[in-house]
Amino acid sequence: MRPVFVNIGERTNVTGSAKFKKLIVEGNYPEALSVARQQVEAGAQVIDVNMDEGLLDSQQAMITFLNLMAAEPDIARVPVMIDSSKWEVIEAGLKCVQGKAIVNSISMKEGEAKFIEQAKLCLRYGAAVVVMAFDEVGQADTAARKIEICTKAYDVLVNKVGFPPEDIIFDPNIFAVATGIEEHDNYAVDFIEGAREIKARCPYARVSGGVSNVSFSFRGNEPVRRAIHSVFLYHAINAGMDMGIVNAGDLPVYDDIDPELREAVEDVILNRPQRTNVSNTERLVDMAPRYKGEKGQAQQVNLAWREGTVNERITHALVHGITEFIEADTEEARLSVARPLHVIEGHLMDGMNVVGDLFGSGKMFLPQVVKSARVMKQAVAWLEPFMEAEKQGQARKAAGKVLMATVKGDVHDIGKNIVGVVLQCNNYEVVDLGVMVPADRILDEAKKHQVDMIGLSGLITPSLDEMVFVAAEMERQGFDIPLLIGGATTSRTHTAVKIEPAYRRGPTTYVVDASRAVGVVSALLSETDKDRVVADTRAEYVKVREQYLRGQTVKARTSIAEARKRAFAIDWTGYTPPKPAFIGARTFEPSLAELESFIDWSPFFASWELIGRYPQILEDDVVGKAATDLYRDARAMLDKVLADKWFGAKGVIGFWPAQAQGDDVVLYTDETRTTELSRFHTLRQQMDKGEGKYNVALSDFVAPIGQGADYVGGFAVTAGHGEDEIVKRFKDAGDDYSAIMASALADRLAEAFAEWLHYKARVELWGYAPDEAADTDVMIAEKYQGIRPAPGYPAQPDHTEKGTLFKLLDAEAATGLKLTESYAMTPGAAVSGLYFSHPQAHYFGVGKIDADQVEDYARRKGWDVATAERWLSPILNYDPAARARGEAA
Amino acid sequence: MTDLTLRANRVAALKAAAKEKILILDGSWGVMFQKKGLTEADYRADRFADYNGQMKGNNDILCLTRPDLVAELHDAYFAAGADISETNTFSGTTIAQADYRLGEQDVWDINFEGAKIGRSVADRWNTENPSSPKFIAGSIGPLNVMLSMSSDVNDPGARKVTFDQVYEAYRQQVDALYRGGVDLFLIETITDTLNCKAAIKAILDWRDEGHEELPIWISGTITDRSGRTLSGQTAEAFWNSVKHAKPFAVGFNCALGADLMRPHIAEMARIADTLVAAYPNAGLPNAMGQYDEEPHQTGHAPARMGQGRPGQHPGRLLRHHARPHPPRGGRSARRHPSSDPRASQGHAPGGPRTVRIGLSDYETRLRQHR
Repeated sequence: MRPVFVNIGERTNVTGSAKFKKLIVEGNYPEALSVARQQVEAGAQVIDVNMDEGLLDSQQAMITFLNLMAAEPDIARVPVMIDSSKWEVIEAGLKCVQGKAIVNSISMKEGEAKFIEQAKLCLRYGAAVVVMAFDEVGQADTAARKIEICTKAYDVLVNKVGFPPEDIIFDPNIFAVATGIEEHDNYAVDFIEGAREIKARCPYARVSGGVSNVSFSFRGNEPVRRAIHSVFLYHAINAGMDMGIVNAGDLPVYDDIDPELREAVEDVILNRPQRTNVSNTERLVDMAPRYKGEKGQAQQVNLAWREGTVNERITHALVHGITEFIEADTEEARLSVARPLHVIEGHLMDGMNVVGDLFGSGKMFLPQVVKSARVMKQAVAWLEPFMEAEKQGQARKAAGKVLMATVKGDVHDIGKNIVGVVLQCNNYEVVDLGVMVPADRILDEAKKHQVDMIGLSGLITPSLDEMVFVAAEMERQGFDIPLLIGGATTSRTHTAVKIEPAYRRGPTTYVVDASRAVGVVSALLSETDKDRVVADTRAEYVKVREQYLRGQTVKARTSIAEARKRAFAIDWTGYTPPKPAFIGARTFEPSLAELESFIDWSPFFASWELIGRYPQILEDDVVGKAATDLYRDARAMLDKVLADKWFGAKGVIGFWPAQAQGDDVVLYTDETRTTELSRFHTLRQQMDKGEGKYNVALSDFVAPIGQGADYVGGFAVTAGHGEDEIVKRFKDAGDDYSAIMASALADRLAEAFAEWLHYKARVELWGYAPDEAADTDVMIAEKYQGIRPAPGYPAQPDHTEKGTLFKLLDAEAATGLKLTESYAMTPGAAVSGLYFSHPQAHYFGVGKIDADQVEDYARRKGWDVATAERWLSPILNYDPAARARGEAA
Repeated sequence: MTDLTLRANRVAALKAAAKEKILILDGSWGVMFQKKGLTEADYRADRFADYNGQMKGNNDILCLTRPDLVAELHDAYFAAGADISETNTFSGTTIAQADYRLGEQDVWDINFEGAKIGRSVADRWNTENPSSPKFIAGSIGPLNVMLSMSSDVNDPGARKVTFDQVYEAYRQQVDALYRGGVDLFLIETITDTLNCKAAIKAILDWRDEGHEELPIWISGTITDRSGRTLSGQTAEAFWNSVKHAKPFAVGFNCALGADLMRPHIAEMARIADTLVAAYPNAGLPNAMGQYDEEPHQTGHAPARMGQGRPGQHPGRLLRHHARPHPPRGGRSARRHPSSDPRASQGHAPGGPRTVRIGLSDYETRLRQHR
């Protein structure tokens, strides 16, 4: 997922906070320190410290304050931004910070020489820098000036100073809008557009800014200011803003802003043409006083089930996932019993038992259970203050505590979230560490929370290795609690063959899907069943291993030399490969509405564990009702997604002259085909096939050197910008159902984007099928000419090829997508792949490969064999460790 | 054969050797001197005969007063199989030597002579067996004063020294070690990363003045089971604080035994785009302050990587060993994209295979020396 927007705390700034200034001037450092602590507690991820005040010895104040901060673990855990307009103060501050500091700021205000000198010094202290968009001419106001100065500064820093680009943060200046001065009207747009371009042109660099400036003209009207900040951030973050000085906890959710106010604010921020005979600014100024107070909303529905007893009503609400009356019903229940705990143990558990029974008997389905959980959470939240007040301390006893995490390098978490919710519904306490969690953190948290078991999730193949690593770490650290393994690429075989042997002290269990999670967890925690279940699983995995090893030995492979002789034979004579409309990369940002018709819904149901093809699934005897309800909710949310542009879709596509050379595809810089631009490496099937069959590699689909002038294409698309924020918003509100729904929809839109772009490529950009009709069913069935295999999937299982593709496309700058250390794309709602145009190009699976090809591949990739074996471990036809031992002997 | 009397060639040989095997470091001076039963007279010799106070315990001074003994131990470490021996200059700064009231010139001489002794021993080994080059690391130890920690329980903001003072002290040490002939700088047993940053700046500034670029090895100390340095950093924070030095190797030493150090080294191997080094203790000291861990435990420790320990002498086994492993992906670290943490591509858990190959080699040597 996209890195979260970083909040910079600004209350420890004498120029911005009268209170802090007073404390420092009076020398009341202990109190000043508590300002810093409050900032961190309120979620600041960086603390900006500024002591620029005429009355102060700024340098000494900076030293004193930073030394004091270093002694406070609660404060020192976040980075310090040393903020001063005086270089001496900055350098004095740098000499007080043991961690990596951020200098705020340097600029080319006093010329390039001075800028270089200061940047070099920052680097010598290992500090990151904020670079203001400021040069000798002045401060940048227009987008063009911001871009000009920042790209110039970037070039100087990276190429002349050797500054690490990831340590550069640009502040392209946020200025006030709606001041009544016409020249100021475009200032927000200038920032947003400037930020977008700076991010695109300056890889790895960050964009920051002081957000409150933008609403300066509405001083005194905090609700309107907050709305302005929220709208501004919404657009700026989408454009690539990474961090900012802002009180984020204060901001209203973009969607929750009164639509009329939001529209008026948006008109001002985006400097849209005025709607009425008054200017946007005047319209907002006129409207503003109305919002000084708050207002609420209510709606009512009355249904027959409201006539039942409170017990019946709560059960009904849980089963049907209705939150509207749950607080009132819970309150009523609470008043009827002696202790609030009894409502949980009585009314609510009764209802959840009904849910559990229905789920267990296949009458309820995951989406509905997740909705039930939302109701349950809300009821418990209602009771919590009463339980606190009771002071009897007796916390509700959970059935067990499960830690869940998506492992390091992986960002996929829909399945993990579903399992978490299902467990919670069944009275298990879940400690969810989120995504990209390193092993040490998983184990530290496991100890800290004294959990009863650990559940690991992952979707991409490198996560399999990471899970083995976590298991080995558990073994080393002496854990003996159960380890659960789940996620799309995981399997019973991998768990038995690789993970379980790494962790012998405790039981390891593969959980095939969310519906099994409760059964597995309860068995592993049961005093009576546990030993039997553990023993059964161990015995089962021994068998799986034996089976696997038998399978290993009988899988005959042909040598790579032999396989190459049996390459997929396309007759290139007389074939003229189609020529794309352009060479190089182009970006696309279609509206979500454009993508909607390209959505393939079947996988959407699968992600909720409802199996069947859309649209037939809606009529299915068993799951039809659940599928229909789910689909209705999905459509309703999709409407909001489209209307309010919840997600940002960005994609890039490229074409290059290319020829096959052996199993590689060579890309050239231009049509002369003399200079190699890059090279895709492909893998060849090595199954021992019968006569007349082929051993295919993707390179077979490209004309070899000496044949017709061929091309390959590539793409990377995402519909995941903004997903994190939306998901978090729902989660914070206790609404896991909507959170998971939003993620699932973002995934679908990303896939739809890939389908849309491929269609566009066929009919227009590569143009070899100009008359193809846009028929979703045809596309889903892949009945068109050409393929778009993705690195990491069966036709090319090596994820690292994504690195080559991303570089060619400059995909990070073009789309905001990033690759994790395991080559997962983040945000997770993303698709990338290569395009092949030949009519005979088709999808296939490479299958298992032998050591001869691995060695050959390693040589082509410039890797050592061990590296190749690591990245190809899921498809090796041998055990590298055993092979290494054999060779050494 | 390359001429190993030229420092540039030695630096190149060091980098090449690090790609091929686990390099082993030794230099456990304190325990070894203790065993020699030295007297106050040994520590003083003629140069400090009139010294007013006790010199015994100032091990670094032996570089000036018992150079024969220092040379003997360097030789013993190499004989036991060490690839790198570190100078006896762990406390060779004006700040650390202030306890003994030594002047700037005396401190400079400790480093200069200490480096020269090591150099001459290593040169002899290199002449005799140029195929297995030996290297001298200039030991730059911690100070008894810290820049990030208060020196006064009643005033958390109090500091005994300034960054500039620490910087100056390290700068003098760096210059003297260089002139004495070391092949690399080893900033070790770092308890306070800000002190280390002063040492880094000292080396980088000194280099800017036209001095030869020597590899820097940075070794922090995780002090207890909290998994943090004394000044409170995690392995990841530590790396982010020092990576601007572009170190030749980074890692941890002392304080923890192999099993407790292992996860921190593993973490470092996963985040640092450079060689990773470890030289743990022989376990945590027991109640008697002794080290219980046996050579086979440290060597075969669950960590499955090179280990060593203070508290053992060279006749038995090596004290310290470094485990520089090849950079990520087996290739030299490149500016882009490996400078970006997201782009430095992952290792298989537990480190690359070369480590294990190197380990068997190491185990053999361990056995030979038991």
